[in-house]
Amino acid sequence: MPKDATIGAGDKRREDVRFLTGTGNYTDDINLNGQAYVHFLRSDVAHGRLNRVDTSAAETMPGVLRVFTGADFAEVGGLPCGWQVTDRHGQPMQEPAHPVLAQAKVRHVGDPIAAVVAETREQARDAAEVIELDIEELPAVVDMKAALDGDAPKVHDELENNLCYDWGFVEDNKAAVDAAFEAAAHVTTLELVNNRLVANAMEPRVAVGDFNRATGDSTLYTTSQNPHVIRLLMGAFVLGIPEHKLRVVSPDVGGGFGSKIFHYAEEAFCTYAAKALNRPVKWTATRGEAFVSDAQGRDHVTTIELALDADNNFTAIRTETYANMGAYLSTFAPSVPTWLHGTLMAGNYRTPNIYVNVKAVFTNTVPVDAYRGAGRPEATFQLERVIDKAARELGVDPIALRRQNFVTEFPYETPVAVAYDTGDYNATMDKLEEIGDLGGFEARRAESEKKGMLRGLGVNCYIEACGIAPSNLVGQLGARAGLYESATVRVNATGGITVMTGSHSHGQGHETSFAQVVADMIGIDASMVEIEHGDTANAPMGMGTYGSRSIAVGGSAMVRATEKVIAKARKIAAHLMEASEGDIELKDGQFTVAGTDKSVAWGDVTLAAYVPHNYPLEEIEPGLEETAFYDPANFTYPSGAYACEVEVDPETGKVTIERFAAADDFGNIINPMIVDGQVHGGIGQGIGQALLENCAYDENGQLLSGSYMDYAMPRADDVPFYAVDHSCQTPCTHNPLGVKGCGEAGAIGSPPTIVNAVVDALQRGGHDVKHIDMPLTPSRVWAAMQG
Amino acid sequence: MPQVSMTVNGKPASGDVEGRTLLVEFLRENVGLTGTHVGCDTSQCGACVVHVDGRDVKACTMFAAEAEGAEVTTIEGMGEPDGTLHPVQQAFQDHHGLQCGFCTPGMVMSAVALLEKNPKPSEAEIRDYLEGNICRCTGYHNIVKAIMAASGQDVGRIAAE
Repeated sequence: MPKDATIGAGDKRREDVRFLTGTGNYTDDINLNGQAYVHFLRSDVAHGRLNRVDTSAAETMPGVLRVFTGADFAEVGGLPCGWQVTDRHGQPMQEPAHPVLAQAKVRHVGDPIAAVVAETREQARDAAEVIELDIEELPAVVDMKAALDGDAPKVHDELENNLCYDWGFVEDNKAAVDAAFEAAAHVTTLELVNNRLVANAMEPRVAVGDFNRATGDSTLYTTSQNPHVIRLLMGAFVLGIPEHKLRVVSPDVGGGFGSKIFHYAEEAFCTYAAKALNRPVKWTATRGEAFVSDAQGRDHVTTIELALDADNNFTAIRTETYANMGAYLSTFAPSVPTWLHGTLMAGNYRTPNIYVNVKAVFTNTVPVDAYRGAGRPEATFQLERVIDKAARELGVDPIALRRQNFVTEFPYETPVAVAYDTGDYNATMDKLEEIGDLGGFEARRAESEKKGMLRGLGVNCYIEACGIAPSNLVGQLGARAGLYESATVRVNATGGITVMTGSHSHGQGHETSFAQVVADMIGIDASMVEIEHGDTANAPMGMGTYGSRSIAVGGSAMVRATEKVIAKARKIAAHLMEASEGDIELKDGQFTVAGTDKSVAWGDVTLAAYVPHNYPLEEIEPGLEETAFYDPANFTYPSGAYACEVEVDPETGKVTIERFAAADDFGNIINPMIVDGQVHGGIGQGIGQALLENCAYDENGQLLSGSYMDYAMPRADDVPFYAVDHSCQTPCTHNPLGVKGCGEAGAIGSPPTIVNAVVDALQRGGHDVKHIDMPLTPSRVWAAMQG
Repeated sequence: MPQVSMTVNGKPASGDVEGRTLLVEFLRENVGLTGTHVGCDTSQCGACVVHVDGRDVKACTMFAAEAEGAEVTTIEGMGEPDGTLHPVQQAFQDHHGLQCGFCTPGMVMSAVALLEKNPKPSEAEIRDYLEGNICRCTGYHNIVKAIMAASGQDVGRIAAE
């Protein structure tokens, strides 16, 4: 068993104490001297022409400092999009402007029109209520296919139409794919919806802008998963502030799930207004605002076809997807239905021919961007659902059909541009059958039947591409950023270590697990290592935390920096012991000379580095601090197999999850307790998507699910205990820790498992139901049972 | 503006508040206790649960003025003065019952209230009681486990499932 405080140990989290005692430092806990408050007046119509915004009455209200409108931002840059997709014909996507405050038109409910800054939050809110708006309401486009009709109203007048791009992947595969379908012995087709979700991190977004007139420096405190990215995007593209005059801090952040990756208008506004007013300016979103201003997730409508030969081997996959972008392009929105979705369509299977078509569409709805899994859940859902349907049509066991088509030899080049380095899909399926006790299903089903309940079993596999991403590759794919990570390892004179990482922890426990890695490498107690994140004044650069990239990319940067530290410390130790550097060994925090009893402790070496009296000054500099940037050579490919057993009440259609099991392969594991927790949380969100959550708009673009009264978040009594296992480990071959990432797996693997289980239950109960779109609410299930 | 006075974590607290000021706003902004969080605006999420005169209450659902003279306990008041965690806080750490920590104060306050009423709740009773506390990170697995452990129940079986 690994000892505590090393790689593989389930250390308790050090960050817990502050969270459990109410002493965390979330952005809304930050209050600056002289702080003013902003309230945003937002559009209550989905589409309209702004004829007049009269702020004169608001300006005279008590406590009001200034009222800003779109006119104030006419000369300020808009919010940039960080990814450009090139369409099937080699043309760049249509990319509309995204102003900080609405200019001439509003394009979704929640679009910010004006901003009132006042002495108190209440004064700002009161003043916003007397702003007079003259909005000429225009017909809204909500349905994606309708939005592409020739006579559909245009969300952006300056664009040709509402089609952001029409993407084909891989376009050169198309003819071979079509030919494979012509030759197929069996074709299974499925049309499905991947329902729109709201990330709903429990902490609403907050921004506090500050400006120091003496130095000309701006500071933004914000709820971000990637403060360095916000600094770059906001500084370079919106406000024109160079990095050395702009600091972005994201302290304790209460969950992100993707929604806090993106650069938002409120961040730019608070930074801008703080300078304009020479006062700190704070904004705290209400939950209602979060529902109409946080980027939303998923919202794909897909037709997928699977071709099989006479022996049930998969021969081709062809998909057509409509992907909702909402009213504007959020920071990474174009990448989600394309490079994070199309590249995963091979799944765990050897399918030689794959063609993916995606039409991204502008509508008068809140922008859509990455949400936990981002593109990969959408790929997994359609693939695993169509395989399940094929198995039922062919009368074969769904597990056997999957096993027959598994990729078993690695590395494996898929026909959709990625190469899996390692994996063992039969091993995770074997493990799933064991921990899920799939052999006991029939007996449990019989018990359910006695109670008058329909019981079903759903099984599912997934693969994801994590550790995002090789910069040169994503550059070719349209990313306007590199996707490396950086870390600085600062060793102090008395041996303690401060690690400054560009990764960001907003629930993932990096302060614990990252410290385990560095402590393990040196052989010191983890309490000697402190992890600092979330401040552009610390780590040199950072691309942040999303896409299950932190340990694979950020952790690797930290390993490389620590290796440099150890290499220098070894030189110092060699000098202190008058030995050859090549003979120096480091173990348990002691440097020894091989074959002798000479040793110096870690603290002796670190002290010598800062008090260099006896020190090889002619060869090396004093001090002990190193920085590394790590750019991954490939994605990582976590994979797994999930099983779910449901009971369906035939009287009401209510689905209850009776058992859930997940067998994952994340490669090497740093802290198994944290990994279990990540999987639990992902499954919880997957259950939410499958059974409860739906972000719904009416035909006028009004959000129908704008609060927790209407948007069904999973609660404790909606979910069971989960059996999770990650003992199947095929280490990643190209990063120094052999890790793959675990943050999104649960949310990717679970929704199709649940739908497969419900369809199974209904079919066993004699209902000819082939598919139900998520969320599988009682009314939808009941309606499906009625035919 | 009316003045309101109450006892918070055993100490007197008072301040001038507007009639519309919520108890949670008073605690966060007047008393400076930012451990009580605001996660929604419809009294659904439970991040703001505190104890008022021994009852667990959503502090966003009560005006500060309604707490005049009350004994209020917040998450900051749960541990011992020497830093020793309350057994429920300790169980949350031991069983990884929190991730981002934002819902955690409310979860702990609800769990403590549950155990005061029902010292050995079943899994179903815990899940039912937490209906008004939303967590987006944990999938509730380790929260339920931590509360069972805090009530002295064997949770080894759960881990093995």
